[in-house]
Parts: sequence; structure tokens; C-alpha cells
Amino acid sequence: MPNRLELSGITKQFPGVLANDNVSFAVKPGEIHALLGENGAGKSTLVKMIYGIMQPDSGEIRWNGEPVVVPNPKAARRLGIGMVFQHFSLFEALTVLENIALGMDAKIPSRELEARIREVMQTYGLALDPHRTVATLSVGERQRIEIVRALLLNPQLLIMDEPTSVLTPQEVEQLFTVLRQLASEGCSILYISHKLHEIKALCDTATILRGGKLVDTCDPKEETSRSMAEKMIGTGLKDIVKPAGRSFGEPKLVVNRLLTHRTGHFDVPVTDVSFTVRAGEILGIAGVAGNGQNALLDALSGEIRSEDREAITIDGKAIGHMDTTERRRHGLCAVPEERNGHAAVADFSLSDNSVLTARDRLGMVVMGLINSGAARTYTGKVIADFAVKALGPAATAGSLSGGNLQKYIMGREILQKPTVLVVSQPTWGVDAGAAAAIHQALVDLAAAGSAIVVISQDLDELRTLSDTLAVINMGRLSESRPVAEFSVDEIGLLMGGVHGAEAAA
Amino acid sequence: MQFRLEKRPEPSRLMLYGTPVAAVVLTMFIGAIIFSLIGYDGIGAVREIFFTPLTNAFKWQDLGVKAAPLIIIGVGLSIAYRANVWNIGAEGQYIMGGLGGWWTLPAMMIAGVAGGAAYAAIPALLRTRLNVNEILTSLMLTYASVQLIYYLVRAPWKDPMGMGFPQTRRFASEALLPNIIPGTIVHAGVPIAIIVALVAWFIMTRSVFGYQMRVVGAAPHAARYGGFSENKTIWLALLVSGGLAGLAGMLEVAGPFQRMVPGFPTNYGFTAIIVAFLGRLNPLGVIFAGIVMAITFVGGEIAQTTIGLSNSATGVFQAMMLFFLLAGDILVRYRVRRVTPQVEARA
Repeated sequence: MPNRLELSGITKQFPGVLANDNVSFAVKPGEIHALLGENGAGKSTLVKMIYGIMQPDSGEIRWNGEPVVVPNPKAARRLGIGMVFQHFSLFEALTVLENIALGMDAKIPSRELEARIREVMQTYGLALDPHRTVATLSVGERQRIEIVRALLLNPQLLIMDEPTSVLTPQEVEQLFTVLRQLASEGCSILYISHKLHEIKALCDTATILRGGKLVDTCDPKEETSRSMAEKMIGTGLKDIVKPAGRSFGEPKLVVNRLLTHRTGHFDVPVTDVSFTVRAGEILGIAGVAGNGQNALLDALSGEIRSEDREAITIDGKAIGHMDTTERRRHGLCAVPEERNGHAAVADFSLSDNSVLTARDRLGMVVMGLINSGAARTYTGKVIADFAVKALGPAATAGSLSGGNLQKYIMGREILQKPTVLVVSQPTWGVDAGAAAAIHQALVDLAAAGSAIVVISQDLDELRTLSDTLAVINMGRLSESRPVAEFSVDEIGLLMGGVHGAEAAA
Repeated sequence: MQFRLEKRPEPSRLMLYGTPVAAVVLTMFIGAIIFSLIGYDGIGAVREIFFTPLTNAFKWQDLGVKAAPLIIIGVGLSIAYRANVWNIGAEGQYIMGGLGGWWTLPAMMIAGVAGGAAYAAIPALLRTRLNVNEILTSLMLTYASVQLIYYLVRAPWKDPMGMGFPQTRRFASEALLPNIIPGTIVHAGVPIAIIVALVAWFIMTRSVFGYQMRVVGAAPHAARYGGFSENKTIWLALLVSGGLAGLAGMLEVAGPFQRMVPGFPTNYGFTAIIVAFLGRLNPLGVIFAGIVMAITFVGGEIAQTTIGLSNSATGVFQAMMLFFLLAGDILVRYRVRRVTPQVEARA
């Protein structure tokens, strides 16, 4: 039987970077094949060429043994290639059925389409009401729409781009069941992820890319997570050094019955959130995306101000009514989840980006004028201390890769030595090497006596990093407890909205 | 055959500053063709409009006088546009600045700025309180201000000795802008325009105020994170651009016009929108753009007398310049890729 998909010598050059350099590998029918690599290793580019979004400069794609050219995604779908993207393209105000109908190449009467949707859901155990509005669905349910959309075309190859980054552990298990069933029916799956234990649990083969080149094709069941990570980054992996037997000092950040108001149509505000972080402590906040994390970060950073000044206190001083600038002066720095356009301005130089948040704490402004020398010096220090790969302080933020920009942003806040640091998704989309460096910097900052809040959807990250853990669900925060007291199952249930009290009731 | 716009990874700096030049050259080229096709001497028209004002030394004073208000208004607009605040009503603020100017010169300048700023405060208030689009309000207010002039010069401010003409009295001599080069019409507004542009350039590049304008325009979400209030920025952008338009209006009324007449609104406020973009929203660039635009005004007048081109020809050329500039900007940021769909998938 010919290979379902075979790539040979695929090369793609972008201005200044060779995204794929002579990549060759094959996917067998019914095989679950992992595509592994750091950010910028060329996974996305490769997949976009398979799906017809981009064309390779050279090399050949063979589909079921035949050489093919895939000029666009429509042609890819006609061949039998389906893709589920990391970011969903759904209209929140429309129903599941309407969303799927909009994405279909062929016009199908809605009654017939609904019957086919129900059939696909039945076959794969994907429970979803076609008439529900997307806005009311959880992220896991939204992903199911995308999967159903792809399955309606009876694909022979399904490409999944980082599908589990937004799911609870239970939802991940459900997804894996579906994928295994699909594979057993002969559909091949190309699975992109950086979560190594998932790849070990799910995939038959793993192809590892580094810097656009294929470095290894291996059987993930015979590798350890560590050995695969080291192949990905090309060097040995450093462990986080966390001083044992640490004790915490005085409460630094006290949040008391914090609430925000719903602003947009579909955003999730936070309700009645209370917690305390002490000096030297790292509090992790787990939760599935879209459960009020953004509102919580904005309310802590000062982008949303509270009517109750006592709702947030830092070192006993009420700061709930203050804006971001005043809160920074009082020692509270924050890093939002979105790097581009929120934590940093892509068109601005790194130096100008330092002015954005460090101008007051580090005296970069004299009589209304910006001391660009001070900004440049500080930016140079951030670049050096955090090993940011950039041409220098004058490089624009947009010219940095995601991981390097994140290192710069984290460095910019950490080197201000804040009393309290609140970060959201500190290593989202960041490669293993950079993630380890960021984690170590956070641990060191805590060891120096700062209080840190880490909001993240990555449970592995929270379990290695945090001292105490709380879970956010639908804008409510569970009680925080030492991280060792939680089991993965319990965190998963909390993330899914089953609180201890409610479960008992 | 199909075409697709593909984003360039990093637009080249050379192209970014080259597009205004290319737009002007293309305008001359296409302009010559269009006017030849409709039966005029197209090449002559381009020569008269773009070159005669430069080669004829007698016309230089006109250039300065025309460029001054365009530069002052253009600088203000370039500041507001940087912050993504779309003040389209500079013409109205210019008129209100002209109406606000009274008494002796320093007070007139303050009153002119205040008149323009106050008029721009209306869209600012509506935008920040009620979220009403400032493009619409500032534009509509312009027409209200034109009517206000008509009313004032026909009734309360009408010159009693004016033999029935709808105009105000001629200003007293201490309220007129002094000529800075004897024997010409070059008034103090010309150096003031250059000073305004230089100061604005310094403020935009070095100060926290300039940083605020740039960051709010480039990334509003990041601006909020950095502690810059959006509403405050909208207010500042409208007050500054309105105030500068008002200053230009006051300088015009105390300079070339010497009194308020119904013909005072001369579309400087609208033309300055082109000036701001042609100058890349950079106050120094606006100086050059203002001069280029003044050339087309002066040249248009020359072409009227020498080759009988209609007055609206100037407008055609100016509009073409903006058109080519905006089109060029797209091509700086994106490239056109040909997509060839004949290579269908062979399954």
C-alpha cells in the first residue's frame, strides 16, 4: 500500500530565513504521526504547504503515491486533507449548524447538512447540539465543531495544529479517543504539538524539526519526554532550580472580593475573587481559556479599575482604584497573555517598548521628555540578561520571534524588580529552552522576595512552578491550596466547573 | 488569472519614504495623459502646474503664503492621525480660528487657537462620551461653520461702510500680520509655520506626549496596558489639531485677507489632509508636502491664464496625488502575487 502522504526534499525560503530545508518524511494510512519542534522550527510552514496555503519552492508532495500540486486549501479538501487550526474561525453569534454551513465548499441544504452532522457526531461520540449558539459553548465544544467540519469531508488525512492547548485533561482524553477511532478506520493524522507526554500517549511516529531541518524520525513510545525535548532544542535541558524548604513572608498582594463588569457581548467577567500571595510565593491560577483569565489580569494590572479601592491591596495599601501607571509605581507589574499589540507594540523598537512600562519605575522621563539613552541602556540589559536574540535595542518588536519577544517582555518586567508580578501564559508558544529560562527567572524573582501570580492553561507549567494553586472557572476562583495537595484529576474537575462545595451539594 | 495581496515581512524604509515622491511623479505622468486625451495641452498643463511656480521667482512668495496654512494645519492633523483620531473637520476649525481672532496679534493668536480647539472639542466630547464617530461630526461641523461666516458677515459683523458687501471692516493695522520681506506678500505666518513644524517634530519624537499619540495609534490595547488613557488621547489629538487649524485660520484672516469675507473658506483644511499623508504624518515631511501642494495651487492659477485650464484641474491633480499615495502605501506593505489556478489538484 502506498504512503498516504509523502514529502521529499521540501524547501521553503522566506526573506532572511530558510523555513524548511530539504524536509522528507512519510505518513502511512491510519498512522498518527507527530510533528514536533520548537517555535520557528518550521512546523506551521510545512503544514501550510500540505494544506495548500503556501507553495514549496522545491520538493515534491505525493498523495497516495501520486505526485500532486496543492494550489489552495479547497484543492486540499478535495484531495481528502482536513485541517483543524489552533485558532478557530467561528462566528460567535451564529449556531453550530450555521458555522459549519458557512465553511462548506459545496452548497448543501441545511436539513441534509444537519443529518450528516448528526451522523458524524453519532459515529465518533462527539456530543453537540447543532442549534446552539457558538458563544454559549466551551472551548472544547468549539473545537468539536472544527473537527466535525473536517470530518464531514471524509478526510484521509487530518491535520491537527496544537489541538490540546486549550482543553481540560478530561477533554484531551475524549479527543484522543476520537483520533484513535479515526486512525483505526484508516484516516491518517498529522498531529502538531509540543506536549511530549501527549505525543508519547497518542502517536505512532514522531518527526522532529529543528531550524527548518528534519533532525530525527523516531518512535515516541521508545523515547523519553526528555530525550525528545533535547532533540527539539539540540542541547541538554536545564532543570529549574527551586530552593527546597522555602518559607513565605508577609502577605504582599491581597485580593478581596474583586469583581469586574461584563463589557463585550461574550466576555467573561470575574466575580467575587479573593486570594492572598505572600512574599516569595508563586500562586498558580489554572483554568480553561475563556473563563475570566483576561478580566482577572486586566483587573489586577489596572487596565480595569475597581470601584472598591480595598478590593486589591499591595503591602497593605489599597490600590483598587488606581490605573496601571500608579499601580506600577506601587510595585505591581503585569504581563498580559497577548504579546503583539498588548504587551508590546510590534512597530516600535524594543527601546520604545521599554518606555511603555518601565518609564516611571526607572526614571526614563524627565520633565515630559523621554530619556532615550536610559531606555536604550535598560533595553540592552534586558537583552543581555535574558539572552534575547535581537539585533539590539533599536530592533523592532515585530522582528523578534514569539519566544524571543516573550523573553524580552518578561525580562522588561522582572528587571524592574516588582513587589508583585502578575503574568498570564508566560511561556505560551515559547520553545522549551526559552520556557525553562523564563521559569527560572520567575523562581529567582520569588526567591528575592517578590509575590508572583501565574495565570496559565498549561498544567505542567503550573505544577512545576507554583507553590500554591487555584482554579478559575466561569469567572470564579477556587480556594488556593498548596500545589502538592491537588491531583491532576481534581484540577481537571475544577477546570470543568465542578467545585468541591457544589459537588457535595 | 488571479491576484492576491501578500503581506511583506518588513516594509523597506526606502520605499516608505519613496512613495510620496513616486505618487507625485505618477500624478504628473497620468495627469499629462488625461488632460491630453480631453483636448488640452497635457504636457503644458503639468509644466505650468508643477514647474512654473518653481522656475518663476516671482511666484515664490505665493508658494510661501499658500504653504504656510497648509503646513500648520497639516502638522496638527499628522499628530491626530498618528493617534488614529480622524479629524476631518480642520476646515471648520480653521474657519472658527479665523472668526475667533480679534484685538491685537498675540491675543489674536491665542484666540485663534482657542477658537479652533473649542470647535474640535465638540467632536471630542461626542466621541468620548457617546462614542460618536469623529469623522462624521468634525466634517458636519465644518458646514455649520461656513454658515456661521455667512451669517456674521451679512448681519452683526457687517461693515457699515462696506457699501452693502457682505464683509467685515478691514482690520486695524496693529491687528494685521506684518510683512517680513518688504515688497512681497510674505507675512509672519510663513516663519511661524516652519517653527510650528519643528516644535511639533521635536515633541512627537522626544516627549511622552508624542509617545502617547504614537502608541495609541499603533496599538490601542498596548497603550492602555502602558497606562495611557484612550479618551485623554482623543481629547488631546482633537484639541491640538483643532488649535493648529484655528491658528492657521487666524493667520490667514490677519494676513492675506485682512478682513472676514464669505470667500474665506478656501478648502485649506481639506487639502491639509492630503498634506498630512503626503508628509508621512511626520511634521518635517509635512513642510515639504505643504510646499508641493502650494505648488499645485499656484501652478493651477498659472495654468488657468496661460492654457485656459479650468480651476477644478488643480483639484484633479491633488486628488490623483492622494490616490497614488494611498495605492503606493498598499504596495509598500503588501506585494501582489499572481495565483495560477490552472494547476489543479490531480487526485
